[in-house]
Amino acid sequence: MNNIALKDLLYKIADDQLIIGHRNSEWTGIGPILEEDIAFSSMAQDKIGHSYAFFNVLHELGESDPDTTAFLRNAEQFHNCQFVELPIGEYDFSLVRHFLFDHSEMIRFEMLTNSSFEPISLIARKLKGEVKYHIMHANVWIKKLGTATNESIERLQKSLDEAIPFALGIFEESKYEEELANEKIFPGEIALKERWIEQISDVLKQTELQLPDLSLTEARTGGRYGRHTEYLQPLLDEMSEVIKSDPTAEW
Amino acid sequence: MSLTERKIWSWLEEVKDPEIPVLSLVDLGVITKVEIDKDEKVIISMTPTFIGCPALDYMKKDVEDVLAKNGISNYEVNVSLETSWNSNMISEKGRKALKQFGLAPPPKHNLIVDLDVLENVICPNCGSQNTVMKSPFGPTLCRAIHHCENCKETFEQFKPI
Repeated sequence: MNNIALKDLLYKIADDQLIIGHRNSEWTGIGPILEEDIAFSSMAQDKIGHSYAFFNVLHELGESDPDTTAFLRNAEQFHNCQFVELPIGEYDFSLVRHFLFDHSEMIRFEMLTNSSFEPISLIARKLKGEVKYHIMHANVWIKKLGTATNESIERLQKSLDEAIPFALGIFEESKYEEELANEKIFPGEIALKERWIEQISDVLKQTELQLPDLSLTEARTGGRYGRHTEYLQPLLDEMSEVIKSDPTAEW
Repeated sequence: MSLTERKIWSWLEEVKDPEIPVLSLVDLGVITKVEIDKDEKVIISMTPTFIGCPALDYMKKDVEDVLAKNGISNYEVNVSLETSWNSNMISEKGRKALKQFGLAPPPKHNLIVDLDVLENVICPNCGSQNTVMKSPFGPTLCRAIHHCENCKETFEQFKPI
């Protein structure tokens, strides 16, 4: 099996989960209502747990241990898409991101349940059940607020318009698409994106929201190979503040 | 007396979920295999409920402690995803224990968890079906929050997954 291609795939999934998990956790204590505070905190914990599972597989393939990999790299060594590193903004933006990102994540895990690389397929099978709750949560709120008041619809629409170029960056193709598909590890970003468009459109159709014309939208790519926005490094600095204060400490 | 797998299972009955102290790990369904190999080594396999569950490390430690307490020194406790946990794996005894603890047990499902499954929850306090889901997320990864319209109590449910 092609280990370089495999690691490339694992890193982007693990890093997406780690970074979106930390961003979600920023809602802890400041959610617009208590249930949402708990929801974002709970999803944060799930996603950071997911990243841990993938970092563990990377460790088994010869990379550093999960804590080192998660906390002691610089921004240019991260493979997450730029979308997940953007600040949480107002609740409308976080909700839209949660909706767009988590649908892609769900489909990715569904595809990976059939991966020829067993450690990935086992994790994917397990995670599907957890992410289902995230999707349900996102859909309920997008449908509710996407049909509620003029203000809620306008705010979601504005966030959707801002988010879409970044959301398309989720599907930035890997250097190893062909290898991954040939070895039946992962069918590829293009197939994933097609299913994602179908799924999000199905939900958006039930609201007053308009999906921007994707053919006219330029994807914000680069994240998969270390090109990030100005927002990632400060987040990493904050995440790693404790471990960096004494990297050899026993916890 | 010779060591049997059955005996080990009975020891494991003592190990409780650290967040739900009435529920044993056996009834929770997270102990997936107990083996004694030809060198008399005890090998126990566990699977996580939720992959990010912080209680997992404690559970593993508690399993190791109970083996040591019973005089076993040659053992191995592995966490594996080979058997993927779902809430149908909670035993009937476990479901009763959850209910007595005040947590609504997850309904058995056909592995398709949708809104219907989530919203049909019986209040653990008064037994009413007149309940509403407040949030699919709760104070721990495995709990959801519901409200009973009959006894007006808010309660938690062990989530179906």
